[in-house]
Amino acid sequence: MINEKKEKSKWQHFVDWVNGEEAIERPKKISLQKINKKKLIILIRKYIWSRRKKTALHLIMCTFACMVFIGILLHTVSTLPYFGGSTNPASNEVVERYIESGVEETGASNIVTAMILEYRAFDTFGESCILFLAVICVVMLLKKDAAEETEEEKAFDQEEENVILKKVANILTPLLFLFGCYVILNGHISPGGGFSGGAIMGAGLILYACVNGQKSVQRFFTYKTFLRINVISLLAYGILKGYSFFAGANHLPDVIPKGTGWDLLSGGLILPLNICVGMIVMCTVYGFYALFTKGDI
Amino acid sequence: MSNLMTNYYEAAAVILFGIGFMNLLLAKNLIKKFIGLNIMDTAVYLFLAAKGYITARAAPIIAQGTAARVEDYINPVPSGLVLTGIVVSVSVTAFSLALVQRLYKHYGSLDLDEIMKKAKKEEKV
Repeated sequence: MINEKKEKSKWQHFVDWVNGEEAIERPKKISLQKINKKKLIILIRKYIWSRRKKTALHLIMCTFACMVFIGILLHTVSTLPYFGGSTNPASNEVVERYIESGVEETGASNIVTAMILEYRAFDTFGESCILFLAVICVVMLLKKDAAEETEEEKAFDQEEENVILKKVANILTPLLFLFGCYVILNGHISPGGGFSGGAIMGAGLILYACVNGQKSVQRFFTYKTFLRINVISLLAYGILKGYSFFAGANHLPDVIPKGTGWDLLSGGLILPLNICVGMIVMCTVYGFYALFTKGDI
Repeated sequence: MSNLMTNYYEAAAVILFGIGFMNLLLAKNLIKKFIGLNIMDTAVYLFLAAKGYITARAAPIIAQGTAARVEDYINPVPSGLVLTGIVVSVSVTAFSLALVQRLYKHYGSLDLDEIMKKAKKEEKV
């Protein structure tokens, strides 16, 4: 067997190693015991490659690599166009089109919302799908049966004992929801939109669950409602935007009224799409919290 | 190199990116690794937001009663890209933290080396 191994060429060793049949060949120690110097070198080499030294070497190499990396990137930054310049190549005719005819074409005065929900709406659809996928993956990984609840998990169902905290949180929760609704509904005429408003509403749900226990949230927000809101919002988004893309591509007349600019009911499909996105984000944010703490929604 | 002083936002973003990358490489604790990943994400947002900014211009929300001129507003495209980035980073962070939680429940440790050791032992058995 040993002879066989010796007969193998370097190339065969490499092939075997690639196939995972053989561990990587270590360079054989030179058997030059006659000379003390060589022995010493081997000892030193062993010492250097011992575990502790390996981590030190790893640290130095990583730091060096990162420094080189930062240096290259800094060099790139130094050749970029000036910060804040109005003639930067990034502000080209696309931006001009978005800003100058955005209100007219979409009915939304917030150009960022007009861009993400009208011009590039399928990009946002993909984002919503990513959020949905993430929360479904977390459900797959962390959701468990109610039967095997531990003491620690039961603690999340208990009410908060601190009276001041409880009162203040109960006053704040409806206000947070109201503010979230405001941000979602005004997404096309002021800063905000589905993502930020949904995050605010999710924060309100989390606050409520923190103070009153997650059991009390389950009175109105169970796993079933969570799934239903998510799926219905995603489907509604897909159908609404799909319709407008198909109709636009086939030169059908635009039946969705754009409304007058700067009104609450303007912007055509942007308002319902914002609501869909907001619902998805709210469910996702609360879903993450509930699954990471108690392992159940 | 004089550009580096005017492009200080981008320079800071790049340095932050490097710090996050180093954290990702060096931290043994899995949660600290993902903190490093989040620092990298944040650096990318800073970079994109800095690239979209134009001096002395307003946010791209058209004021009522005024004509929409390009000369008054900043570039809205990077803002939309930052939004995409935030959503993706939140999803990736949540998914990876869920995996970390499962790993912790199985191996009782967050240290990557220890987890690898225990996984190798398990593989042998």
